Amino acid sequence: MSLFYPRESLDAFPKHLSPGYKSTVKRSPSKPLIIVPHTLSELSGPVYGHDAIEDGDNDLTRQHGGEPLGERIIVHGCVLDEDRRPVAGALVEIWQANACGRYVHVVDQHPAPLDPNFTGAGRTVTDKSGYYKFVTIKPGAYPWGNHHNAWRPNHIHFSVFGHSFLSRLVTQMYFPGDPLFPFDPIFNSVTDEKARNRMIASFDLENTVPDWALCYRFDIVVRGREKTPEDVH
Amino acid sequence: MSELTPSQTVGPYYAYGLTPEGRKRWKPDDHYRWKETVGDDLVTPDAVGTRIQIEGVIYDGDGKPIDDAMLEIWQADAQGRYASPADSGARPNAAFKGHGRSATDASGGFAFHTIKPGPVPGPDGKMQAPHVVFAIFSRGMLRQVYTRMYFPDEAANAGDPILALVPADRRATLIATRPERGGQTVYRFDIRVQGDGETVFFDV
Ligand SMILES: [Fe+2]
Repeated sequence: MSLFYPRESLDAFPKHLSPGYKSTVKRSPSKPLIIVPHTLSELSGPVYGHDAIEDGDNDLTRQHGGEPLGERIIVHGCVLDEDRRPVAGALVEIWQANACGRYVHVVDQHPAPLDPNFTGAGRTVTDKSGYYKFVTIKPGAYPWGNHHNAWRPNHIHFSVFGHSFLSRLVTQMYFPGDPLFPFDPIFNSVTDEKARNRMIASFDLENTVPDWALCYRFDIVVRGREKTPEDVH
Repeated sequence: MSELTPSQTVGPYYAYGLTPEGRKRWKPDDHYRWKETVGDDLVTPDAVGTRIQIEGVIYDGDGKPIDDAMLEIWQADAQGRYASPADSGARPNAAFKGHGRSATDASGGFAFHTIKPGPVPGPDGKMQAPHVVFAIFSRGMLRQVYTRMYFPDEAANAGDPILALVPADRRATLIATRPERGGQTVYRFDIRVQGDGETVFFDV
């Protein structure tokens, strides 16, 4: 399989400098990036198989003695390339706040309780169809210091590997209908509305488990397309 | 054709999920109880070649160390083979993955233990000088930035097709230094995200 990675696809990404999100001001390159051809160093990428994970790593509600507090949810979907071909054997890692909006990270001092039964980290590897699934609890919103009365919409952080090191993606999954969307400069750093909406999971009634957990569907599209005859000049 | 899921920042709180062991090393009494899948020690029993340490500090546009960045490296083995299906020369069952991940510590420092990569094929049948690809993630970075670390003691740098695309006065930002460290082979690669001495980043 010979893939290529058009730079135009990256138009959907936020710009490095997005001043509404203040930390970007001193953490974005100021000089033009140097355009280079994609060599084997870019077109290859790490492969993680099922030996990278253990049973239960994808269930964040069963990592401790008891069950975490909060709304139990299922989050599932497929990792796909730009041709919507499944990316099989892709390592997917997530981390998130607990139901109160607090991370276990020591730097997070938001005055909301930690949950002794919730760490908030999970990982899995996609199957042949590119499919992944997590069981977790719905993360709470939390305040941050970007501007007065700044709150992050509920979100789950995702880290994904694709066919090459160019496909490497770190993103955030949001929940449908969040009232904080218009006020969040990280969400809105993606300026195209359609592209923004691709970061929002859809409610999945069909896979909601009666008397147990709501389900959300989040498909993730990473860089990589097959060469078509018109691409080969 | 399907459109990409946009990138978002890794944020300040990734460490307990993505680099739990690295943090344990820096704060031995205060670690997260989660095993690590991708670490900063790439050396495996089957890895032949010169063992090296890559270390550096990453700075923001004010020259302040970035203490919550995450750096990933991607490299070939000592024979110049990537452990990837994209490399037809790769051994299928190599334990050496050539991929590592380091968080930065309170001083903005990162470190990797690995082996020195060999030269790899480049465009138009030319060889590329040995190098390590870096992808850098951080709070305040909405998408990763890519750069490359080259080695200071390599005649092949002069003919490297990627270095040749970098303005001569900025090339030095991509070449590590080799501090003296008794017995160890250490390469130092400081990264300046913005401003004076800004590291060259690639549009890939
Ligand atoms: Fe977050």
